[in-house]
Amino acid sequence: MDRRGQGRTWIIGVVFGWMKKYMTAACLLLPTILIAFPVILILTGSVVDSLEMRQYLLPVFGSGEGYIRWKLMPDYPTFEHYGRLLFMTPAFFVLFWNSVKFVVCILAGQLLVGVPAAWAFASYQVRGSRVLFALYVVLMLMPFQVTMLSSYLVLDRLALMNTHSAVIFPAVFSTFPIFLSYGGFRAIPPQLFEAARIDGAGEWRIFVRIALPLGKSGLLSAIVLGFLEYWNLMEQPLAFLEDKALWPLSLYLPEISWMQAGFALCASFITLIPAAFVFVLGQDYLEQGIIYSGLKE
Amino acid sequence: MHLLEDKERSLHNNSWARSKWNVGNGRKYRRKQLAFLCFLLPSFAGVLLFVLLPFLDVIKRSFQTAVTGELTGLKNYGLIFKNQAFLLAVKNTARFTVVCIPLLVLVGLFVAFLLSGLKDGAVIKSIYLFPMAMPTATIVLVWKLVFYRQGFLNLFLSKIGEITGLWGEVTMDYLGTGASFWVLVASYLWKNTGYTVVLWLAGILAIPNELLEAARVDGAGRWKCIRYIILPNLKGSLYTIVILSFLNSFKIYREAYLVAGSYPQENIYLLQHLFNNWFVNLEFDKMAAAAVCVGGFLFVVIMVLQRLWDRAD
Repeated sequence: MDRRGQGRTWIIGVVFGWMKKYMTAACLLLPTILIAFPVILILTGSVVDSLEMRQYLLPVFGSGEGYIRWKLMPDYPTFEHYGRLLFMTPAFFVLFWNSVKFVVCILAGQLLVGVPAAWAFASYQVRGSRVLFALYVVLMLMPFQVTMLSSYLVLDRLALMNTHSAVIFPAVFSTFPIFLSYGGFRAIPPQLFEAARIDGAGEWRIFVRIALPLGKSGLLSAIVLGFLEYWNLMEQPLAFLEDKALWPLSLYLPEISWMQAGFALCASFITLIPAAFVFVLGQDYLEQGIIYSGLKE
Repeated sequence: MHLLEDKERSLHNNSWARSKWNVGNGRKYRRKQLAFLCFLLPSFAGVLLFVLLPFLDVIKRSFQTAVTGELTGLKNYGLIFKNQAFLLAVKNTARFTVVCIPLLVLVGLFVAFLLSGLKDGAVIKSIYLFPMAMPTATIVLVWKLVFYRQGFLNLFLSKIGEITGLWGEVTMDYLGTGASFWVLVASYLWKNTGYTVVLWLAGILAIPNELLEAARVDGAGRWKCIRYIILPNLKGSLYTIVILSFLNSFKIYREAYLVAGSYPQENIYLLQHLFNNWFVNLEFDKMAAAAVCVGGFLFVVIMVLQRLWDRAD
């Protein structure tokens, strides 16, 4: 092969390498646009003036002619929706605090009850513990609808229906956080506990002084995943809470009519903020938790 | 005496060997048992009170009439299997699961492969995970804007048709026709791809590099590496991904309910809608029978999956 031919193959090689590299990047980046699209829509829509928004959406709800319109920068940007939502809509705050109450109570309860249980499964192999753990895994995977009737029966008998406890108590005894913290505890080398035992430490001391500090990434991942789950509560309050003043924020949005799309998008954005905040703060733990949930016994 | 103690201690260091040697006796074993019970008690008491005992009640009710509580044998079960709504809901839910889970598993694997070749994929990974944090109610608004007849999707498709000249205006109604099923599939993928990618990626990165190096030295190409080394090593991840995807596939009800209400287009009428409607109408007899059937079915599926998983090791 002469020198020119060599040069040509070299160029082809470079072009192919370049294409491969950028094709990979393009394949990965295209879906990120799809993912970012809703966020951009919510952000831009929340500062659109009501009248302008009505014009945007007229084809959808009015005439049936033409298509929806949208502008990245609205003609008359305004914070009127934010002002109205934050200063003139007390219902929003009631539901916001309901949501906060649900999340805090459920997560605290789950930690109090679930973490010792996870520790029991992770560190004491006694007769029957494997069967019980399998039972917990099955319960974790049962959808809400299967246990809806049984939850209702017991909540009704305890006279908890239509109170916040009706949502909080069944969630506290969910077995999903146990599964996650179990992964965290299993990742600690067991020799550590044996050494402590030989040195005369009691079981409670081992749990509090060694297991909790070392297994905390499992707990934190349970908290992050739990927050995202319970900030988004829907089925339980719909089934067990009749009084709309008791509802969480996640059920407020669907109540806003279409005539107030800008206002609804603004409320969406504010609902999104705490979840996004926790996501950004806890992303490492979230990932860790997802991986823990894949650990074997 | 000393010898015995030493032996006991050395066995104790290996708890598995110990449990094989003398399960159920010995002071240390009893101490372990006590500790296990104490740590587990609060949780187990709660599970017993809020889940297990009431579920026994549900099983009992599945053999009774709703109001009077008369024993009716298997009548409720016969009733639900003749019930059109139940059959439709089972069909749709099964179809959704069968379409979505393989699709999600493959899409996740593909993205994870691409990402594993990238040096700095952390930002892209977080973007993929972000939909997990989006509250459903928030996203439903956007879905409506996108999928309505005059919404963004049709606008986009029409623009493409205009530019390429291949088709004219698109005025498809996505939420009121059979296409609503695919809207649900899309929104499921949108929400769940992130953690699937994270799980696959963890599995791929856990494969020791020496293994791949050795194969490459022996002359295995990229495809051979994938086929004979990477894929067989990902079996454990596959199990977890299937389980989690399954768990999350039931949550699609939130989107379906918020977009279309209690009685949506018939292709997306899911079991979850049916249970909810029965609950609202106080038809506890049918609900109990259906809960026993669905719960029993899931129990069997989970057990079979677990058995397969254990055997794969």
